[in-house]
Amino acid sequence: MLADAIGRIAQPSRRAFVQRSLTLGGLTLLTGCAPDNQESIDAALTGISRFNDRVQGLLFDPTRLAPTYPDFMIAQPFPFNAYYGEEEIREVDGDSWRLELSGMIADRKPWTLAQLRALPQQSQVTRHICVEGWSAIGKWGGVPFSHFLRRVGADLSAKYVGFKCADDYFTSIDMATALHPQTLMALSYNDQTLPPRYGFPMKLRMPTKLGYKNPKHIQAIFVTNTYPGGYWEDQGYNWFGGS
Amino acid sequence: MNAIAAHSTIHPLWLRLTHWLNATAVLLLVASGWRIYNATQFFDFAIPRGITLGGWLGGALQWHFAAMWLLFANGILYLLINLFSGRLRRQFFPIMPRQVLRDLGAALRGKLAHADPRHYNSVQRLAYVFVMVDSVVLVLSGLVLWKSVQFPLLRELVGGYEAARRVHFFAMAGLCGFIVVHVVMVALVPRTLLAMLRGR
Repeated sequence: MLADAIGRIAQPSRRAFVQRSLTLGGLTLLTGCAPDNQESIDAALTGISRFNDRVQGLLFDPTRLAPTYPDFMIAQPFPFNAYYGEEEIREVDGDSWRLELSGMIADRKPWTLAQLRALPQQSQVTRHICVEGWSAIGKWGGVPFSHFLRRVGADLSAKYVGFKCADDYFTSIDMATALHPQTLMALSYNDQTLPPRYGFPMKLRMPTKLGYKNPKHIQAIFVTNTYPGGYWEDQGYNWFGGS
Repeated sequence: MNAIAAHSTIHPLWLRLTHWLNATAVLLLVASGWRIYNATQFFDFAIPRGITLGGWLGGALQWHFAAMWLLFANGILYLLINLFSGRLRRQFFPIMPRQVLRDLGAALRGKLAHADPRHYNSVQRLAYVFVMVDSVVLVLSGLVLWKSVQFPLLRELVGGYEAARRVHFFAMAGLCGFIVVHVVMVALVPRTLLAMLRGR
């Protein structure tokens, strides 16, 4: 059928028609991709991305739980992922490590690892979804973040919670996700102390957000109403990044 | 517009508008989707970079999540007008298997009459209804990929997050297959393109 079709297109008038259509289409594409338009295109795409943040905020149900899985479905090994290679994994000294707090928080005294371990713990087997499309199931244990935020007197009506990390990563999330029952300050992976490759001494684990929203090696937490952005978010990845 | 001109209109303005908006949305979504697929390929091939949109993953995602609104709004508008104007039933139904086989046989032998663009033959009806259903599957499986936690029923219907990626991919492939045949047919019968541009 295709050969027959090509044969028919080969007729002069049809060929001229196809050629003109293609030329017209090519010109249209060219005007759309002219370099001087690039800035306005980027601005428009960023604007739509911020609109998508708001839509996702509305779609987000703070009581809806991500699915949990049986232990045998845990990925072996769970993939390493960061903005740098595995050979550059940051080693943090757990004894001298202190979690710093700032912003709209009543009690800003720093926390030691031992103090965090003394708080009520919870564990979850959930799916980590990467923005690249792959996903893997893992088991994290730690302190429910909502418990911690209440404990330190964070202003729960604030818009954002931001994170600064020992590996120079930074990101921020919406308060609704921070208070979600499955949002954990993860201190363990697979019932073992969180290894450096997964963010020792503490990472934030949220099964309702994509991987790049889950910061590792967290050093400082702040609560604010000023949009804090993030490492990948500032480069164009969607800020809400929720699943 | 006099009565005769009105009578000879093949595609009303709303149909031409939604068709071209749809074509734009699909082009942007497919090209950016190919770049997103390349970030983690689950088959043994990558899509050649030159025919993808967005440059890098972040850019492709921005295009994809912008064009989805165009497809979504335009698709709803198209389906609603089709449904309530009675065009859907009039133009695309009934689809009779025997008739489809006969028309398909005629088409493969190059003998299917494409004389009256106002009237769709059985193969066309099947193809257009397929692409409507396929697009709905694309949007729903895309919704699962975008918000797998927020739409649990849809997620389980599609077979979970990982299955949704495959469903989304194959629905895209089905759409591309349709587009290839669609464009070849337009090249064979250029009048149909003129009708979709100026209505007659």
